[in-house]
Amino acid sequence: MRADDDAHIAVPDPESDPESPDPVLRLHGVGKEFFGTSVLRDIDLTLLPGQVHALVGENGAGKSTLMKIVAGVHRPDTGAIELDGAPVSFPTPLDAQQAGVATVFQEFNLLPDRSVAENVYLGREPLLRGLVDRRRLHADTSHLLDDLGLTSITPWARVGSLSVAQQQVVEIVKAVSYDARIISMDEPTAALAEQEVALLYELIGRLRDRGVAILYVSHRLQEIYDLADTITVLKDGNHMLTAPAAEVSPDRLVRTMVGRDFAGFFPDKPADTVPTDTVPGEVPGEVPGEVRLALEGAGNQMVDDIDLEVRAGEIVALAGLQGSGRTEIAHGVFGIAPFTRGRMTVDGQPVHVRTPRQGVRHRLALVTEDRKSEGLALGQSVLANARLVLDAVLPRASDRRARGIPGVLRSLAVPASTVASAQDVEVQYLSGGNQQKVVLAKWLVTEPRVIVLDEPTRGIDVGAKRAVYDLMRTLTAEGTAVLLISSELPEVVAMADRILVLRDGRIAGELPGGSEEEAIMALATGAA
Amino acid sequence: MTLTAETSRSTARQWRERLLSGGSWTVLALLVVVLVVIVVINPSFAEPVSLMAFAKKAAPLVVLAVGQYFVIVSGEFDLSVGSLVGAQVVIAARLMDGDEALTWPVLGLMLVFGLLVGLVNGLVTTLLRVPSFITTLGMMLVLFGAIRLWTGGAPTGALSESFRVLGRKGFPDVPGQFQVPYALLVALVVVGFAVLLMRRPFGRSLVAAGDNAVATAYSGASVWWLRTRAFLLSSFLATVAAVLIGGFAGVTAQVGQGLEFMAITAVVLGGVALGGGRGTVVAAMVGALALEALFTLFNQLALPSTIRPAVQGVIIIVAVAYAARRRRT
Repeated sequence: MRADDDAHIAVPDPESDPESPDPVLRLHGVGKEFFGTSVLRDIDLTLLPGQVHALVGENGAGKSTLMKIVAGVHRPDTGAIELDGAPVSFPTPLDAQQAGVATVFQEFNLLPDRSVAENVYLGREPLLRGLVDRRRLHADTSHLLDDLGLTSITPWARVGSLSVAQQQVVEIVKAVSYDARIISMDEPTAALAEQEVALLYELIGRLRDRGVAILYVSHRLQEIYDLADTITVLKDGNHMLTAPAAEVSPDRLVRTMVGRDFAGFFPDKPADTVPTDTVPGEVPGEVPGEVRLALEGAGNQMVDDIDLEVRAGEIVALAGLQGSGRTEIAHGVFGIAPFTRGRMTVDGQPVHVRTPRQGVRHRLALVTEDRKSEGLALGQSVLANARLVLDAVLPRASDRRARGIPGVLRSLAVPASTVASAQDVEVQYLSGGNQQKVVLAKWLVTEPRVIVLDEPTRGIDVGAKRAVYDLMRTLTAEGTAVLLISSELPEVVAMADRILVLRDGRIAGELPGGSEEEAIMALATGAA
Repeated sequence: MTLTAETSRSTARQWRERLLSGGSWTVLALLVVVLVVIVVINPSFAEPVSLMAFAKKAAPLVVLAVGQYFVIVSGEFDLSVGSLVGAQVVIAARLMDGDEALTWPVLGLMLVFGLLVGLVNGLVTTLLRVPSFITTLGMMLVLFGAIRLWTGGAPTGALSESFRVLGRKGFPDVPGQFQVPYALLVALVVVGFAVLLMRRPFGRSLVAAGDNAVATAYSGASVWWLRTRAFLLSSFLATVAAVLIGGFAGVTAQVGQGLEFMAITAVVLGGVALGGGRGTVVAAMVGALALEALFTLFNQLALPSTIRPAVQGVIIIVAVAYAARRRRT
């Protein structure tokens, strides 16, 4: 056990509980770096048979990396892994699997057009004279399903015909079929509706009874308290807390997950829009702008009942966990996955945006979450990318308006040499920050009235982040309405005038800018 | 002294890099090498008359390669152009049957038919989401089969004299003298028009769509219409090529056969990436010239013409493999 004097950490001592069995898996001081950036530092983790160990933390806290280390996808740079008290290493995921450590990732790895049985035994089908022994394949699967009390799933059902929850269960059954003694699950309920979760709970209960150790990553506090015996909190790659679930209050949990010091990093609001002291009952940060973008009861398959307003000169943030519907709102507004219900107005006029082209015509702009696959044509020049929207939507004006591109790039603090060679340099050779600036330039030259920024600072350096924040202030000063989507809570708190928190495709609540991160997390996770 | 040596060395390195980069310069170097080899074997090739004859022969392939370039750079294929050339020539011959008065009406009809084929190729590929490989392969077979059905296997009729002028004659039109073939002028006009088009918003959006269709669509482009226009251009230019080829070679049952692969080989040889987003129209043109020059070289070496498909096959594989290798490094 790690000798530490950190008051936060209270590792449960198996010795103190006479009924507690020996741990099956132990991580000692595990650390991991990617490209010189440390993403995990000195993590200890102990999994006990028949117990559910919840791993929680904000987006980017290092949960996925830790899971991937357990799964053999990544190898730790420091520290050791012990299985049944003996040191092990998992060079490949297969090694982990053969050692009895199974992992159920968020994305399904199932073949939708194959049966349940074929999926469960994919790549190791029982053979009879060199051919697949279908009878045994189905019998084995049947046995496995019965064992786990999964009567609603038949071995020969096509996986694509199952509900999402049932597919999730098939993933877990597959893990169990490897005789896994340790199963780690990455947000297994992320894709499930509330009523579907019961099936998963039941299965987890059965696995626990069979003595399987479960590492459970989730954002939903409710689930964590329903299922977990022990909770470990990570933050920014650090091990913050490990304690029995019963001893950690939801308040303390949320407080441990967030809270860090970013003071002085964000540009201040212009003096005239700085809210006077937050008077209770008054919405702070309200600026006297016209309503630029409004949604009333907007919804589609992904989100529902969305009401929001963004005024000229205002920054409204959409906060929430991954999959809570933030990006889906952006896609609805911009016509990528249009809303099928409700009303949308731009500058007071009702609009129907069915395609991004129509969105651009209404002077909307969307800086997408994934800059490489959705924002840039990587093999094209900086200039070609920067004028892509002009070329695509306003071909007659594009030559004239493209003349402003060098100025826009300079105003975004793109290096002069890059601006000078904008016609020749392909964007794929730029740094992430400069790539993002090209994306921003592409939209700025269209002079949008509403700009939606989806994770605008993800994966870019500090200097570029600052440029993005400065730009947001400039835009609002010019009367542009900004809708900011971000998982970076400090960014949301410091930049936004108002914060809408989403949960499960709906708006869970609204908070004023400058609110506590804990309050946002509480709304996002449903702890409030 | 050292400084100049240093600079010249770095210039040399730059050129080496350029010539091996697999782009326009590489194929230009290939063209020059092949032409030089031809001239060494047969010095009379360097005479203006022979060069013009070469240009006349190469012009239809240049026109087809430009058409194919639009489609390939947008991320698709057009396998139907060979059959379309054949169909157009056969239709023209049968409908006009040598009647001068019908030349212009038939040309108008060919234009409409060509654009219709392009529109079907484009809309089936973009709106019905059939991969263009399949759409245009199907179109190739449909055109091929329909023409055989219609003509009973042997094309009849004849092209009018005025129809054949573009592919056969030149300026000044005095037999036995040096002349600039009209086909060369047509090809130059086509290439010039294509170069201008690629500098327009349409051209840039088309390349961007080939590079990243999602990002291009999210930037407000109608990717389906961009690509459909590329197919329209390809079919239109195949129609132009049909006029040149019909004039040059007359009507046979084999006319147009295999041209789609020659056009694709030419474009790929020009370093234009299959899958789209990379390469210039000038490089595609140079690719067509290099391919034609290579075949001329085989003639000079008295190799049987039946070796062509095999060579083409090797070229297309090597060119793509070369591009892939460059991409990795």
